[in-house]
Amino acid sequence: MGDNALILGQRLAEWLGHGPQLEEDIAAANIALDLIGQARLWLALAGRLEGRGRDEEALAYQREQHEFRNCTMVELPNGDYAFTIVRRMLFDAYQRVLLERLASGADGEAAAIAAKSKKEADYHWRHSADWTLRFGDGTEESHRRAQSALDVLWPYTAELFVRDEVDPEAESRRGPWLAQVEPLLEEATLAVPAATKFLSSGTRGVHSEHLGYILAEMQFLQRAYPGARW
Amino acid sequence: MVDAWEVLSGIGDPEIPVVSITELGIVRGVARRPGGVEVAITPTYSGCPAMQVIEEEIIARLKQAGCGEVKVKIQLSPAWSTDWIAPAAREKLRAFGIAPPLPVNLFPRSVGCPRCGSARTERVSEFGSTACKAHYRCLECLEPFDFFKPL
Repeated sequence: MGDNALILGQRLAEWLGHGPQLEEDIAAANIALDLIGQARLWLALAGRLEGRGRDEEALAYQREQHEFRNCTMVELPNGDYAFTIVRRMLFDAYQRVLLERLASGADGEAAAIAAKSKKEADYHWRHSADWTLRFGDGTEESHRRAQSALDVLWPYTAELFVRDEVDPEAESRRGPWLAQVEPLLEEATLAVPAATKFLSSGTRGVHSEHLGYILAEMQFLQRAYPGARW
Repeated sequence: MVDAWEVLSGIGDPEIPVVSITELGIVRGVARRPGGVEVAITPTYSGCPAMQVIEEEIIARLKQAGCGEVKVKIQLSPAWSTDWIAPAAREKLRAFGIAPPLPVNLFPRSVGCPRCGSARTERVSEFGSTACKAHYRCLECLEPFDFFKPL
């Protein structure tokens, strides 16, 4: 949870000063801020549960690539704005399902973070769904870009619903996720890509070549000057 | 013993200084502890950059007021809602040029212009100058304004 939010937040922050229009620049910054705030809460909780004295800063800045558990989708480069939006749409829909379940779960601290984050995920989704619709059902060019983003991203969503010992319920989230995504894609005149055998492995700590570059940029200051503070 | 709540009521929000942190519903409780007080606060948005400033301000002001040791505890549950913003604070927001949040469960939402009061407004973007505000425009007086998003 924390790593997904942290890495996607970091990716979104790359749009700062480069957004396609001022409002979208600000939107990307706002959403990145929410995600990094959520990451902080999750990683702080993870650090406390681990009980080895690592706080959220240590977990964000001092872990190696293979120790990150984010799904591969969030570490892919931003591409064009259609790619950035379609990825967020797929991710936001997933977050809404997962956070809602965690919010009603038995773990008090996790439930509190999830309930807080769910409110934010809801309006992130409104934003990404709205733009997916605009791109898909927009001009020929915007449709082409949204469809090609979807074609690239779709295989990476398979990873989100693979059951393992950490997450035995992963499969059961696919239905509620599709229930949000499919009607939207249909309205946006985008075709749901065919299933493939491809399975990314970020959640198991085996990442694409792109994560290392994000970490290099994100971690260099703490690695060069350990414990540096503002 | 000074009234800690009153001291806290004198602390303005770093991003919207016309309203206090108690009026915004950020302060969730004050408890007396041996030798000091413990203040529970809740973040408005997960990534709100004002939280740290608020925490430092609470510690400084309560110490100054003679409350002894001050501990600030972050309380996430129940999650903050704009419905907790006090009625008087809503008017202060409006006077400051920010359209106050409407009740979370109220639909359809018609946002009134904080300047001329017209209901003929349009949303420019759901994201504004801070995480808690959206960007609107009045179609009557043509002025742009901020709307405190219901959350």
